[in-house]
Amino acid sequence: MMNAIKRRAQPLAAAVMLALSLPAYADEAGQPAQIAAVQPGAVTIDNFAFAPALLIVAPGTKVTWTNKDEEPHTVVSADGGQTFKSPALDTDDKFSFTFDKPGSYKYFCSIHSHMVGTIVVK
Amino acid sequence: MDTRRDFMKCLAWAGTGIVWSVAGGVPRSLGLGGAALAAPAGGFTFVQISDTHMGFKAEANPDPNATLQAALDKIAALPQKPAMMIHTGDVTHLSKPEQFDTADQIIKGAKLDTHFIPGEHDVIGDDGRMYFDRFGGKGAAPGGWYSFDQGGVHFVGLMNVVGFGPATGGTLGKDQLEWLEADLKGKSASTPIVVMAHIPLWPIYPQWGWTTGDADQAFTYLKPFGSVTVLNGHIHQVVQKVEGKVTFQTAMSTAFPQPAAGTAPNPGPLKVPAEKLKTMLGIREIVYAPATGLKLTDDPLA
Repeated sequence: MMNAIKRRAQPLAAAVMLALSLPAYADEAGQPAQIAAVQPGAVTIDNFAFAPALLIVAPGTKVTWTNKDEEPHTVVSADGGQTFKSPALDTDDKFSFTFDKPGSYKYFCSIHSHMVGTIVVK
Repeated sequence: MDTRRDFMKCLAWAGTGIVWSVAGGVPRSLGLGGAALAAPAGGFTFVQISDTHMGFKAEANPDPNATLQAALDKIAALPQKPAMMIHTGDVTHLSKPEQFDTADQIIKGAKLDTHFIPGEHDVIGDDGRMYFDRFGGKGAAPGGWYSFDQGGVHFVGLMNVVGFGPATGGTLGKDQLEWLEADLKGKSASTPIVVMAHIPLWPIYPQWGWTTGDADQAFTYLKPFGSVTVLNGHIHQVVQKVEGKVTFQTAMSTAFPQPAAGTAPNPGPLKVPAEKLKTMLGIREIVYAPATGLKLTDDPLA
Protein backbone atom coordinates (compact mmCIF):
# COMPACT_ATOMS: atom_id res chain seq x y z
CA MET A 1 0.00 0.00 0.00
CA MET A 2 2.84 2.37 0.84
CA ASN A 3 4.41 1.61 -2.51
CA ALA A 4 1.20 2.39 -4.30
CA ILE A 5 0.92 5.73 -2.54
CA LYS A 6 4.51 6.59 -3.34
CA ARG A 7 4.04 5.66 -6.96
CA ARG A 8 0.98 7.83 -7.26
CA ALA A 9 2.78 10.72 -5.63
CA GLN A 10 5.26 11.18 -8.45
CA PRO A 11 3.34 13.07 -11.10
CA LEU A 12 5.25 14.35 -14.05
CA ALA A 13 5.17 18.12 -14.23
CA ALA A 14 3.97 18.00 -17.81
CA ALA A 15 1.06 15.77 -16.99
CA VAL A 16 0.01 18.01 -14.13
CA MET A 17 0.11 21.07 -16.37
CA LEU A 18 -2.04 19.22 -18.88
CA ALA A 19 -4.40 18.12 -16.14
CA LEU A 20 -4.80 21.65 -14.81
CA SER A 21 -5.85 22.88 -18.23
CA LEU A 22 -8.65 20.30 -18.40
CA PRO A 23 -12.16 20.66 -17.10
CA ALA A 24 -12.77 18.70 -13.92
CA TYR A 25 -13.51 15.03 -14.52
CA ALA A 26 -15.67 13.09 -12.15
CA ASP A 27 -15.95 9.37 -11.60
CA GLU A 28 -19.16 7.29 -11.45
CA ALA A 29 -19.96 8.36 -7.89
CA GLY A 30 -19.56 12.03 -8.76
CA GLN A 31 -16.30 12.29 -6.82
CA PRO A 32 -13.61 14.46 -8.37
CA ALA A 33 -11.27 12.04 -10.09
CA GLN A 34 -7.73 11.83 -8.89
CA ILE A 35 -5.52 13.16 -11.65
CA ALA A 36 -2.13 11.63 -11.19
CA ALA A 37 -0.18 10.47 -14.20
CA VAL A 38 2.73 8.20 -13.36
CA GLN A 39 4.40 8.18 -16.71
CA PRO A 40 2.60 8.81 -19.95
CA GLY A 41 1.39 5.56 -21.39
CA ALA A 42 1.63 3.36 -18.29
CA VAL A 43 -1.20 2.08 -16.11
CA THR A 44 -0.53 -0.30 -13.25
CA ILE A 45 -3.18 -2.73 -12.06
CA ASP A 46 -2.69 -3.23 -8.35
CA ASN A 47 -4.95 -4.06 -5.41
CA PHE A 48 -7.98 -4.34 -7.75
CA ALA A 49 -7.57 -0.81 -9.13
CA PHE A 50 -6.19 0.94 -12.18
CA ALA A 51 -3.51 3.48 -11.26
CA PRO A 52 -3.74 6.17 -12.31
CA ALA A 53 -7.49 5.83 -12.74
CA LEU A 54 -7.40 8.78 -15.13
CA LEU A 55 -4.49 9.04 -17.53
CA ILE A 56 -4.09 11.88 -20.00
CA VAL A 57 -2.00 11.28 -23.09
CA ALA A 58 -1.29 12.89 -26.44
CA PRO A 59 -2.74 11.36 -29.62
CA GLY A 60 -0.60 8.49 -30.88
CA THR A 61 0.50 7.39 -27.39
CA LYS A 62 0.81 3.69 -26.77
CA VAL A 63 -0.62 2.93 -23.33
CA THR A 64 0.54 -0.23 -21.57
CA TRP A 65 -1.30 -1.83 -18.66
CA THR A 66 0.65 -4.13 -16.34
CA ASN A 67 -1.09 -6.45 -13.89
CA LYS A 68 0.77 -6.47 -10.56
CA ASP A 69 -2.03 -8.34 -8.76
CA GLU A 70 -2.06 -12.03 -8.00
CA GLU A 71 -5.56 -12.08 -9.49
CA PRO A 72 -6.17 -12.01 -13.24
CA HIS A 73 -7.70 -8.86 -14.70
CA THR A 74 -8.74 -7.58 -18.11
CA VAL A 75 -8.80 -4.18 -19.78
CA VAL A 76 -12.00 -3.69 -21.79
CA SER A 77 -13.32 -0.46 -23.29
CA ALA A 78 -16.71 0.56 -21.94
CA ASP A 79 -18.29 0.22 -25.40
CA GLY A 80 -18.38 -3.52 -24.78
CA GLY A 81 -14.80 -4.00 -25.90
CA GLN A 82 -15.31 -2.63 -29.40
CA THR A 83 -12.41 -0.16 -29.12
CA PHE A 84 -10.02 -2.36 -27.16
CA LYS A 85 -10.19 -5.62 -25.29
CA SER A 86 -7.32 -7.46 -23.64
CA PRO A 87 -7.11 -11.20 -23.06
CA ALA A 88 -6.89 -12.36 -19.44
CA LEU A 89 -3.85 -10.73 -17.86
CA ASP A 90 -2.25 -12.95 -15.26
CA THR A 91 0.34 -11.62 -12.81
CA ASP A 92 2.91 -9.40 -14.61
CA ASP A 93 1.15 -9.77 -17.98
CA LYS A 94 0.91 -6.62 -20.10
CA PHE A 95 -1.55 -5.27 -22.63
CA SER A 96 -1.01 -2.26 -24.92
CA PHE A 97 -3.24 -0.11 -27.09
CA THR A 98 -2.31 2.93 -29.15
CA PHE A 99 -4.71 5.85 -28.83
CA ASP A 100 -4.74 7.80 -32.10
CA LYS A 101 -7.99 9.72 -31.85
CA PRO A 102 -8.65 12.42 -29.25
CA GLY A 103 -11.45 11.65 -26.83
CA SER A 104 -12.30 10.20 -23.45
CA TYR A 105 -12.05 6.42 -23.27
CA LYS A 106 -13.63 4.72 -20.29
CA TYR A 107 -12.65 1.13 -19.61
CA PHE A 108 -13.12 -1.55 -16.95
CA CYS A 109 -12.08 -5.04 -15.92
CA SER A 110 -14.59 -7.54 -17.28
CA ILE A 111 -13.80 -9.93 -14.42
CA HIS A 112 -14.26 -7.30 -11.69
CA SER A 113 -16.59 -4.68 -13.13
CA HIS A 114 -16.13 -2.32 -10.19
CA MET A 115 -12.60 -1.66 -11.49
CA VAL A 116 -12.91 1.31 -13.83
CA GLY A 117 -10.51 3.75 -15.46
CA THR A 118 -10.37 6.44 -18.11
CA ILE A 119 -7.81 7.40 -20.74
CA VAL A 120 -8.19 10.96 -22.04
CA VAL A 121 -6.48 11.61 -25.36
CA LYS A 122 -5.90 15.27 -26.19
CA MET B 1 -18.21 6.04 2.88
CA ASP B 2 -21.03 4.14 4.48
CA THR B 3 -19.88 0.81 3.19
CA ARG B 4 -19.31 -0.77 6.57
CA ARG B 5 -22.70 0.28 7.88
CA ASP B 6 -24.39 -0.87 4.69
CA PHE B 7 -22.69 -4.19 4.92
CA MET B 8 -23.84 -4.70 8.49
CA LYS B 9 -27.36 -3.90 7.38
CA CYS B 10 -26.90 -6.42 4.62
CA LEU B 11 -25.69 -9.04 7.07
CA ALA B 12 -28.65 -8.50 9.35
CA TRP B 13 -30.88 -8.98 6.35
CA ALA B 14 -28.98 -12.12 5.37
CA GLY B 15 -29.70 -13.71 8.72
CA THR B 16 -33.45 -13.26 8.52
CA GLY B 17 -35.39 -16.47 8.89
CA ILE B 18 -32.43 -18.80 8.73
CA VAL B 19 -31.17 -21.19 11.36
CA TRP B 20 -27.40 -21.34 11.46
CA SER B 21 -24.89 -23.65 12.93
CA VAL B 22 -21.14 -23.49 12.65
CA ALA B 23 -19.09 -26.52 11.75
CA GLY B 24 -15.36 -26.25 11.29
CA GLY B 25 -15.59 -22.48 11.15
CA VAL B 26 -17.99 -22.52 8.24
CA PRO B 27 -21.55 -21.41 8.84
CA ARG B 28 -23.97 -23.98 7.50
CA SER B 29 -27.67 -24.21 7.42
CA LEU B 30 -29.44 -26.84 9.40
CA GLY B 31 -31.21 -29.14 7.04
CA LEU B 32 -30.91 -32.84 6.83
CA GLY B 33 -27.50 -33.83 8.13
CA GLY B 34 -25.03 -33.98 5.25
CA ALA B 35 -24.11 -37.63 5.46
CA ALA B 36 -27.68 -38.64 6.12
CA LEU B 37 -28.89 -37.23 2.81
CA ALA B 38 -31.35 -39.65 1.31
CA ALA B 39 -33.93 -39.33 -1.42
CA PRO B 40 -37.28 -38.56 0.21
CA ALA B 41 -40.55 -40.09 -0.82
CA GLY B 42 -41.58 -38.74 -4.21
CA GLY B 43 -38.56 -36.48 -4.37
CA PHE B 44 -34.94 -36.48 -5.43
CA THR B 45 -31.55 -35.10 -4.44
CA PHE B 46 -28.99 -33.11 -6.40
CA VAL B 47 -25.66 -31.48 -5.66
CA GLN B 48 -24.08 -28.13 -6.45
CA ILE B 49 -20.41 -27.41 -7.00
CA SER B 50 -19.07 -23.98 -7.87
CA ASP B 51 -15.99 -21.94 -8.69
CA THR B 52 -13.64 -24.81 -9.50
CA HIS B 53 -11.14 -22.34 -11.10
CA MET B 54 -9.14 -24.91 -13.03
CA GLY B 55 -5.72 -23.36 -13.74
CA PHE B 56 -5.55 -21.34 -10.52
CA LYS B 57 -2.04 -21.69 -9.16
CA ALA B 58 -1.52 -19.03 -6.51
CA GLU B 59 -0.69 -19.50 -2.86
CA ALA B 60 -4.31 -19.67 -1.69
CA ASN B 61 -4.49 -23.19 -3.18
CA PRO B 62 -1.57 -24.71 -5.05
CA ASP B 63 -3.66 -27.72 -6.15
CA PRO B 64 -7.27 -26.90 -7.12
CA ASN B 65 -7.45 -30.12 -9.17
CA ALA B 66 -7.02 -32.14 -5.97
CA THR B 67 -9.63 -30.16 -4.04
CA LEU B 68 -12.12 -30.52 -6.91
CA GLN B 69 -11.45 -34.25 -6.88
CA ALA B 70 -11.97 -34.27 -3.10
CA ALA B 71 -15.34 -32.54 -3.62
CA LEU B 72 -16.38 -35.15 -6.19
CA ASP B 73 -15.20 -37.94 -3.89
CA LYS B 74 -17.42 -36.50 -1.18
CA ILE B 75 -20.36 -36.57 -3.57
CA ALA B 76 -19.54 -40.13 -4.63
CA ALA B 77 -19.57 -41.17 -0.97
CA LEU B 78 -23.15 -39.94 -0.41
CA PRO B 79 -25.46 -42.80 0.57
CA GLN B 80 -27.80 -41.97 -2.29
CA LYS B 81 -26.46 -41.15 -5.75
CA PRO B 82 -27.71 -37.65 -6.64
CA ALA B 83 -30.02 -37.38 -9.63
CA MET B 84 -27.74 -34.73 -11.10
CA MET B 85 -25.09 -32.09 -10.41
CA ILE B 86 -25.05 -28.38 -11.17
CA HIS B 87 -21.96 -26.23 -11.57
CA THR B 88 -22.59 -22.53 -10.94
CA GLY B 89 -19.65 -21.13 -12.87
CA ASP B 90 -15.99 -20.17 -12.90
CA VAL B 91 -15.22 -23.63 -14.16
CA THR B 92 -11.80 -22.28 -15.21
CA HIS B 93 -9.58 -19.50 -13.97
CA LEU B 94 -8.58 -17.92 -17.29
CA SER B 95 -10.80 -19.44 -20.02
CA LYS B 96 -7.85 -21.36 -21.48
CA PRO B 97 -8.41 -24.51 -23.59
CA GLU B 98 -6.24 -26.68 -21.35
CA GLN B 99 -8.17 -25.46 -18.29
CA PHE B 100 -11.48 -26.40 -19.90
CA ASP B 101 -9.94 -29.79 -20.79
CA THR B 102 -8.86 -30.44 -17.20
CA ALA B 103 -12.28 -29.45 -15.86
CA ASP B 104 -14.01 -31.70 -18.37
CA GLN B 105 -11.78 -34.67 -17.50
CA ILE B 106 -12.14 -34.38 -13.73
CA ILE B 107 -15.88 -33.59 -13.68
CA LYS B 108 -16.67 -36.37 -16.15
CA GLY B 109 -15.18 -38.75 -13.61
CA ALA B 110 -18.14 -38.08 -11.31
CA LYS B 111 -20.40 -39.83 -13.86
CA LEU B 112 -23.26 -37.48 -13.07
CA ASP B 113 -25.58 -35.65 -15.42
CA THR B 114 -24.14 -32.12 -14.97
CA HIS B 115 -25.68 -28.75 -15.85
CA PHE B 116 -23.27 -25.83 -16.10
CA ILE B 117 -23.61 -22.09 -16.16
CA PRO B 118 -20.56 -19.91 -16.80
CA GLY B 119 -18.79 -17.45 -14.55
CA GLU B 120 -16.95 -14.35 -15.74
CA HIS B 121 -13.69 -16.33 -15.62
CA ASP B 122 -15.11 -18.68 -18.30
CA VAL B 123 -15.92 -16.06 -20.91
CA ILE B 124 -12.70 -14.00 -21.05
CA GLY B 125 -11.76 -12.80 -24.52
CA ASP B 126 -14.29 -14.78 -26.56
CA ASP B 127 -17.65 -14.13 -24.85
CA GLY B 128 -17.71 -17.76 -23.82
CA ARG B 129 -17.37 -19.48 -27.20
CA MET B 130 -14.96 -22.11 -25.88
CA TYR B 131 -17.04 -22.58 -22.77
CA PHE B 132 -20.29 -23.10 -24.69
CA ASP B 133 -18.62 -25.60 -27.05
CA ARG B 134 -17.98 -27.86 -24.10
CA PHE B 135 -20.49 -27.06 -21.39
CA GLY B 136 -23.36 -25.21 -23.08
CA GLY B 137 -26.82 -26.32 -21.91
CA LYS B 138 -28.79 -28.61 -24.19
CA GLY B 139 -31.36 -26.61 -26.12
CA ALA B 140 -29.96 -23.35 -24.72
CA ALA B 141 -31.00 -20.02 -26.21
CA PRO B 142 -28.33 -18.30 -28.37
CA GLY B 143 -27.31 -16.24 -25.32
CA GLY B 144 -26.61 -19.43 -23.34
CA TRP B 145 -29.50 -19.42 -20.86
CA TYR B 146 -31.77 -22.43 -20.58
CA SER B 147 -34.36 -24.22 -18.49
CA PHE B 148 -35.38 -27.81 -17.85
CA ASP B 149 -37.69 -29.79 -15.59
CA GLN B 150 -36.67 -32.52 -13.25
CA GLY B 151 -38.83 -34.40 -10.76
CA GLY B 152 -41.46 -31.67 -10.64
CA VAL B 153 -38.97 -28.82 -10.17
CA HIS B 154 -38.40 -26.21 -12.88
CA PHE B 155 -34.71 -25.29 -13.21
CA VAL B 156 -33.61 -22.05 -14.87
CA GLY B 157 -29.95 -21.47 -15.79
CA LEU B 158 -29.27 -17.75 -16.17
CA MET B 159 -26.24 -15.99 -17.64
CA ASN B 160 -25.13 -12.82 -15.92
CA VAL B 161 -21.46 -12.67 -16.88
CA VAL B 162 -21.52 -11.43 -20.47
CA GLY B 163 -22.23 -7.96 -21.80
CA PHE B 164 -21.96 -6.09 -18.55
CA GLY B 165 -20.56 -2.60 -18.35
CA PRO B 166 -18.35 -0.75 -15.90
CA ALA B 167 -19.55 -0.99 -12.30
CA THR B 168 -22.83 -2.76 -13.10
CA GLY B 169 -21.97 -6.04 -11.45
CA GLY B 170 -23.65 -8.93 -13.25
CA THR B 171 -26.14 -8.22 -16.03
CA LEU B 172 -28.97 -10.35 -17.40
CA GLY B 173 -29.92 -8.09 -20.31
CA LYS B 174 -33.19 -7.42 -22.10
CA ASP B 175 -33.19 -10.51 -24.32
CA GLN B 176 -32.70 -12.88 -21.40
CA LEU B 177 -35.32 -11.13 -19.26
CA GLU B 178 -37.85 -11.43 -22.08
CA TRP B 179 -36.98 -15.09 -22.44
CA LEU B 180 -37.41 -15.63 -18.70
CA GLU B 181 -40.83 -14.01 -18.69
CA ALA B 182 -41.94 -16.28 -21.55
CA ASP B 183 -40.33 -19.35 -19.98
CA LEU B 184 -42.23 -18.92 -16.71
CA LYS B 185 -45.52 -17.94 -18.27
CA GLY B 186 -48.17 -20.60 -17.88
CA LYS B 187 -46.29 -22.49 -15.16
CA SER B 188 -48.43 -23.22 -12.13
CA ALA B 189 -47.61 -21.03 -9.12
CA SER B 190 -47.07 -24.20 -7.08
CA THR B 191 -44.17 -25.33 -9.29
CA PRO B 192 -40.95 -25.10 -7.26
CA ILE B 193 -38.42 -22.98 -9.15
CA VAL B 194 -34.64 -23.25 -8.87
CA VAL B 195 -32.73 -20.38 -10.45
CA MET B 196 -29.01 -20.83 -11.10
CA ALA B 197 -26.75 -17.88 -11.84
CA HIS B 198 -23.07 -17.27 -11.20
CA ILE B 199 -22.99 -13.74 -9.79
CA PRO B 200 -25.38 -13.24 -6.85
CA LEU B 201 -28.82 -12.05 -7.93
CA TRP B 202 -29.09 -9.76 -4.93
CA PRO B 203 -26.83 -6.93 -3.78
CA ILE B 204 -24.49 -8.61 -1.31
CA TYR B 205 -21.70 -6.07 -1.79
CA PRO B 206 -21.93 -3.95 -4.94
CA GLN B 207 -18.61 -2.24 -4.10
CA TRP B 208 -16.94 -5.51 -5.09
CA GLY B 209 -19.36 -6.22 -7.93
CA TRP B 210 -21.28 -8.79 -5.84
CA THR B 211 -24.64 -7.88 -7.33
CA THR B 212 -26.64 -8.14 -10.55
CA GLY B 213 -27.77 -4.75 -11.81
CA ASP B 214 -31.04 -5.78 -13.46
CA ALA B 215 -32.04 -8.76 -11.29
CA ASP B 216 -35.09 -6.93 -9.89
CA GLN B 217 -36.82 -7.31 -13.22
CA ALA B 218 -36.31 -11.07 -13.11
CA PHE B 219 -37.96 -11.24 -9.69
CA THR B 220 -41.09 -9.52 -10.95
CA TYR B 221 -41.57 -12.59 -13.18
CA LEU B 222 -40.76 -14.98 -10.31
CA LYS B 223 -43.11 -13.28 -7.87
CA PRO B 224 -46.18 -15.48 -8.49
CA PHE B 225 -44.33 -18.65 -7.48
CA GLY B 226 -44.68 -20.15 -4.03
CA SER B 227 -41.13 -21.47 -3.81
CA VAL B 228 -38.10 -19.93 -5.51
CA THR B 229 -34.56 -21.04 -4.65
CA VAL B 230 -31.68 -19.02 -6.09
CA LEU B 231 -28.32 -20.80 -6.22
CA ASN B 232 -25.32 -18.57 -6.89
CA GLY B 233 -21.53 -18.88 -6.82
CA HIS B 234 -18.92 -16.19 -7.39
CA ILE B 235 -18.11 -15.14 -3.82
CA HIS B 236 -16.62 -18.46 -2.61
CA GLN B 237 -18.51 -18.54 0.68
CA VAL B 238 -22.02 -19.21 1.92
CA VAL B 239 -24.29 -16.20 2.31
CA GLN B 240 -28.03 -16.63 2.63
CA LYS B 241 -31.05 -14.43 2.50
CA VAL B 242 -34.72 -15.25 2.67
CA GLU B 243 -37.09 -12.70 1.29
CA GLY B 244 -40.71 -13.80 1.25
CA LYS B 245 -40.91 -16.95 -0.82
CA VAL B 246 -37.44 -16.52 -2.28
CA THR B 247 -34.37 -18.13 -0.72
CA PHE B 248 -31.02 -16.86 -1.98
CA GLN B 249 -27.87 -18.77 -1.26
CA THR B 250 -24.30 -18.50 -2.53
CA ALA B 251 -22.00 -21.52 -2.46
CA MET B 252 -18.49 -22.37 -1.35
CA SER B 253 -15.84 -22.83 -4.02
CA THR B 254 -13.86 -26.04 -4.47
CA ALA B 255 -10.71 -23.98 -5.20
CA PHE B 256 -10.10 -21.15 -2.72
CA PRO B 257 -12.00 -19.00 -0.22
CA GLN B 258 -12.60 -15.26 -0.56
CA PRO B 259 -12.86 -12.71 2.25
CA ALA B 260 -16.25 -11.79 3.69
CA ALA B 261 -17.63 -8.62 2.11
CA GLY B 262 -15.67 -5.54 3.07
CA THR B 263 -13.27 -7.34 5.43
CA ALA B 264 -10.23 -7.02 3.13
CA PRO B 265 -8.83 -4.33 0.82
CA ASN B 266 -10.07 -6.36 -2.17
CA PRO B 267 -11.97 -9.58 -2.96
CA GLY B 268 -8.84 -11.50 -3.98
CA PRO B 269 -8.19 -15.09 -2.84
CA LEU B 270 -8.05 -15.51 0.92
CA LYS B 271 -4.88 -17.20 2.11
CA VAL B 272 -5.47 -19.49 5.06
CA PRO B 273 -3.26 -22.12 6.72
CA ALA B 274 -3.21 -25.40 4.76
CA GLU B 275 -5.10 -27.29 7.47
CA LYS B 276 -7.89 -24.70 7.38
CA LEU B 277 -8.34 -24.61 3.61
CA LYS B 278 -10.56 -27.68 3.33
CA THR B 279 -12.90 -26.31 5.98
CA MET B 280 -13.62 -23.33 3.71
CA LEU B 281 -14.16 -25.29 0.49
CA GLY B 282 -17.09 -27.55 -0.10
CA ILE B 283 -20.18 -28.81 -1.85
CA ARG B 284 -23.90 -28.30 -1.41
CA GLU B 285 -26.49 -31.03 -1.20
CA ILE B 286 -30.09 -30.24 -2.04
CA VAL B 287 -32.98 -32.52 -1.26
CA TYR B 288 -36.42 -32.00 -2.72
CA ALA B 289 -39.69 -33.58 -1.66
CA PRO B 290 -43.15 -32.31 -2.61
CA ALA B 291 -44.21 -32.25 1.04
CA THR B 292 -41.22 -30.36 2.40
CA GLY B 293 -39.86 -28.39 -0.53
CA LEU B 294 -36.14 -27.86 -1.03
CA LYS B 295 -33.62 -28.24 1.75
CA LEU B 296 -30.04 -27.10 1.32
CA THR B 297 -27.01 -28.31 3.22
CA ASP B 298 -23.53 -26.89 2.78
CA ASP B 299 -20.81 -29.42 3.44
CA PRO B 300 -17.19 -28.36 3.80
CA LEU B 301 -14.54 -30.76 2.47
CA ALA B 302 -13.18 -31.20 5.99
